[in-house]
Amino acid sequence: MEESQSMTIETGQIGVSELAGTDQFLTFVLAGEEYGVDILRVQEIKGWDAVTHIPNTPEYIRGVMNLRGTIVPIVDLRIRFNMEKLEYGPVTVVIVLRVDNTEGSRIMGIVVDGVSDVYNVSEGDIKPSPDFGSAVNTAFVKGLATVDDKMVIIMDIDQLLNSDELSIMDSMTD
Amino acid sequence: MSIDMKQFLVTFYEESFEGLDTMETELLNLDIGEADSETVNTIFRAAHSIKGGSGTFGLNDVASFTHLMETLLDEVRDGRRQVSQQIVDVLLTSVDVLRDMLSALRDEGEVDMARVQAVQQLLDELLGNEPEAAESAAPQESNSTGAESQGWKIHFRPHPDMLQTGNDPVRMFRELALLGELKIECDTSGLPTLDKLVAEESYLAWNLELHGDVDKASIDVIFEWVEGDCDLVVDPMASQPAAAQTDNTVTEEKKAPEPATSTAKKPPPSEKRHSTTTESSSIRVSIDKIDDLINMMGELVITQSMLSQLGEAEEFETAQIEKLRDGLSQLERNTREMQENVMRIRMLPISFAFQRFPRLVHDLSGTLHKKIELKMSGENTELDKTVMEKIGDPLVHLVRNSIDHGIESPEVRLAAGKDEMGLIELNACHEGGNIIIEIIDDGAGLNRERIIEKAISNGLINEDDSLSDEQIYDLIFQPGFSTAEVVSDVSGRGVGMDVVRRNIRALGGSVEVTSRPGQGSKFTIRLPLTLAILDGQSVRVGNDIYIIPLVSIIESLQVNPADINSLRGSADVYRLRDEYIPIVRVYDIFNVHTEIKNWEDGLLVIVEGEGIKVALFVDDLLGQQQVVIKSLETNFKKVEGISGATILGDGTVALILDIASMIQLSRDNGPEKTPGRQDNAEQAA
Repeated sequence: MEESQSMTIETGQIGVSELAGTDQFLTFVLAGEEYGVDILRVQEIKGWDAVTHIPNTPEYIRGVMNLRGTIVPIVDLRIRFNMEKLEYGPVTVVIVLRVDNTEGSRIMGIVVDGVSDVYNVSEGDIKPSPDFGSAVNTAFVKGLATVDDKMVIIMDIDQLLNSDELSIMDSMTD
Repeated sequence: MSIDMKQFLVTFYEESFEGLDTMETELLNLDIGEADSETVNTIFRAAHSIKGGSGTFGLNDVASFTHLMETLLDEVRDGRRQVSQQIVDVLLTSVDVLRDMLSALRDEGEVDMARVQAVQQLLDELLGNEPEAAESAAPQESNSTGAESQGWKIHFRPHPDMLQTGNDPVRMFRELALLGELKIECDTSGLPTLDKLVAEESYLAWNLELHGDVDKASIDVIFEWVEGDCDLVVDPMASQPAAAQTDNTVTEEKKAPEPATSTAKKPPPSEKRHSTTTESSSIRVSIDKIDDLINMMGELVITQSMLSQLGEAEEFETAQIEKLRDGLSQLERNTREMQENVMRIRMLPISFAFQRFPRLVHDLSGTLHKKIELKMSGENTELDKTVMEKIGDPLVHLVRNSIDHGIESPEVRLAAGKDEMGLIELNACHEGGNIIIEIIDDGAGLNRERIIEKAISNGLINEDDSLSDEQIYDLIFQPGFSTAEVVSDVSGRGVGMDVVRRNIRALGGSVEVTSRPGQGSKFTIRLPLTLAILDGQSVRVGNDIYIIPLVSIIESLQVNPADINSLRGSADVYRLRDEYIPIVRVYDIFNVHTEIKNWEDGLLVIVEGEGIKVALFVDDLLGQQQVVIKSLETNFKKVEGISGATILGDGTVALILDIASMIQLSRDNGPEKTPGRQDNAEQAA
C-alpha cells in the first residue's frame, strides 16, 4: 500500500503508461512461458504443501494454507488459465503475494511450475500485449517485456486475483 | 524537575470514565427511599476519585463540578438527606455532564459550559434546600455570575511533615496563580536555627492573597491533598458590600435559571487542555486471569525442569520412557491452558457493552412516557475488546429505535390487548464463529405499508416491484430512510439504520431484521469473533477435517437405518425419539469425495442452528478440542456453510462449520438431492 503504483487499469485496457521508471520483476514459469510479477508484491516463495480444500469453490482455488498463523488461499494458475494440469512435483512452488483491492490488501498464494529469475525492466521495455488469443486473458496482462531475447509476460496480479470467484465483492453483495 | 503528566492523564481519563460507569450503574441500583449505604459509598468514592484526580491535573471545572456532586452524596451518605427520584435523576444527569466534560477535555474539544452550568444550578438548587448546604453552594454560584474585585485571603501553614507526603507548596501556588492574581507572603517566623533544622521538615507558613473571580471550590481542590497536613484558613477578601450583593443575585438567579446560565457562559480554560489523541489502548484484566497465568507459568517451569532432567541422564533407560511421556503430556496440557488464558485476556464479557442499557431504557421510557422492562441474557458471552468498542454505538441505536418506534404507549398496548409494560430483550450468544446479539421488542412491529410507501417516495423501489417481506424490512437499512411520523429527539432523523449497518459491516458482521405486525420485531446482529476461542468437535468427511462448534451439537449417534425415512421430494429425515430431523449429508453439500455413503458406516451429529435441528452425516468423529478461530475473510471471502478456519496441532488448516448457514445451504440444494436418495434406494434393495 505504500507503493505509489495505483493500478487503475480497466478490464480490457493495457495500462502500460501507469508504470514509471524501472521495476524489478520476479518471473515464474507456467507451461513453458515466463511470467513476471512486481517483486515488491512478493512476500515469500515456498514449496508446495498440503492445503485444506474449501467446499464449493472452483477447482483452481486449491484451498487454504497455514502461513505462520495466517490463513492464505492458494490459486493454481494452470487451472485458472485452463492449461493442462500438472502433477505437483519437487519444483512446484507457491508464490505468496500481496494483492491490493479497494478494501485494502490480502495475502494469496499462486501455484506455478517453478520460479525463474529476477529482472530489471524499465518502463519503456514493456510493450502492450496484442490480443493474441493466448491462454491468459489479456485483462490480466499488463504488457510484454523482452529480456535477454526472451519474452516475459508481465501480469497484473490485482486484476487477476480480484476477479471472478476471488472477488471479495461477492461476499459484500450477498 | 518535570514529570510528563500526559501519561498519568491517560490513566486518569480511563479511570474516570470507569468511575462514571460505576456511578451510573450504582445510581440505577439505588432504591428510592432506603438507600443501601454500601451503594452510596461506592458512588461517593467514584466521585471523590474523579474530583481528586481532576484537581491534581488542574481540570478545575471538572473538580468544582464534581465537588457539588460529592457534597450532595455526602449528605446522602450521612443520612442527612433521603434518596429521592429527583436526586437520582440529577446525579445521573451530572454523570452525563461530567462524561461530556472529560471527553471534551481529552479530545481537546469544546466543553458545553452552558449545559454544565445548567446542571450545576440543579445541583445547587438541591443543595440549597438544606440550610447548611446553602452556605457552601452560595460562593460557588456567586462566582459564576462574577463580582469583579473579589478575592480570597488564604493562610496556609503546613505541618512539619507535609513535605514527606510528596506535596510541594510551590506547585500548589503555581496552580493558584493560574486562577488569578496571587500575592504571596512568606512567614518565616517558625524557622529554627540552622543546627536544629531538619531538611525534610517544613517550618514556613504563607499568607496568600488571591485576587480575581475565583470560586472557593477551585481553591479547595488545590489544597485537597494537604487537608489534615496543614492549617488552612480561606477567607473571602473584605469587600463586604460586593459579597452581599452577589448573595442577592444568587436568589434571583434561582428564580430564573435559564437566562442566567446563558449569560454566565465561561470560555473553556484552553491552556489546561492536554492532548491525548490515542484511543485508550490499555485493558483491564481481572486479577484471577493474571493469577491463573502465573500459576500456569510456574507449572510450565516445573515441567520444563523435569524434562531437562530426563534429557541430562547419561543413558536413557526404557523405564524413563514412561516418565518422558508423562512429562510431555503435562507440557502439552500446560501449553494449551496457557494459550487459552493468554487469549482470554483480550476477551471481555459483553456485559461491558450491555451495562449502559438499563440507564438508557430508564431515561427514554421516562421521556417517552412508556413502560418498558429490559431483559438481558448471555451477558457473560465473551467478545474481543476491539469488537466490543465498536459495537456499542450501533447497539445503542438499535435499542433506542426499539424503544421509540417499537414499543407502543401504554394506552395503545392496553387497547391492543397487551400488557402495558413493554418488553425489550437483549440476548447474546456464540453461534459458530460468530457472536449473535439479538434485540427483541414486543411492540408494534415494522409497518410494512409505510415502509413501502416511503421507499417509493424516496425512489428506492418502484410501485410495481414485488418484494418479499424480508426485502421490504431490509429497506430500513437504506440511507435516508425513516418512517417516524414525528422527528423526535430519540430517533427518526433517518440517519441511523444505514450507519448501523455500515458499522456492523465494517466489523465483518451483518444485521437483519424480522418483524411481525402487532407482535414486535427482532434485530439480529452477527459479528465474527476474530480472536475468539471455540470449543469444537472435529469430524472427518473424506480426507477433510471440519470443526463443529460444540455449542451447536446436541448429540452424536450411530445410525439405525430403520429410523431413516425418505420423504418424497425432500431430504431424508431421521426419527430421533419423537422428533423427525432432516439429514444433511456433509459430503453432499460440500461436494467432497468420500467412500462412506452408507448410513451404517458413518455417524450422525445432531446440531441446532437458529432454532432448527438437523442431523449432519459425517464419516467419523475425531476429538474435541479448543480451537482458535481464524477468519477466512481476511484473505479470501465468506464461504457458505463455513464460519472460519483454525489451525490444527499438525499445522494444517481445518474449517469451522457454520451450522445455520449449512442448513440454509442444504435447503437451497434440497430439491435436487437425488444422489442421496438413490443411495438409500440401493441400500434398501
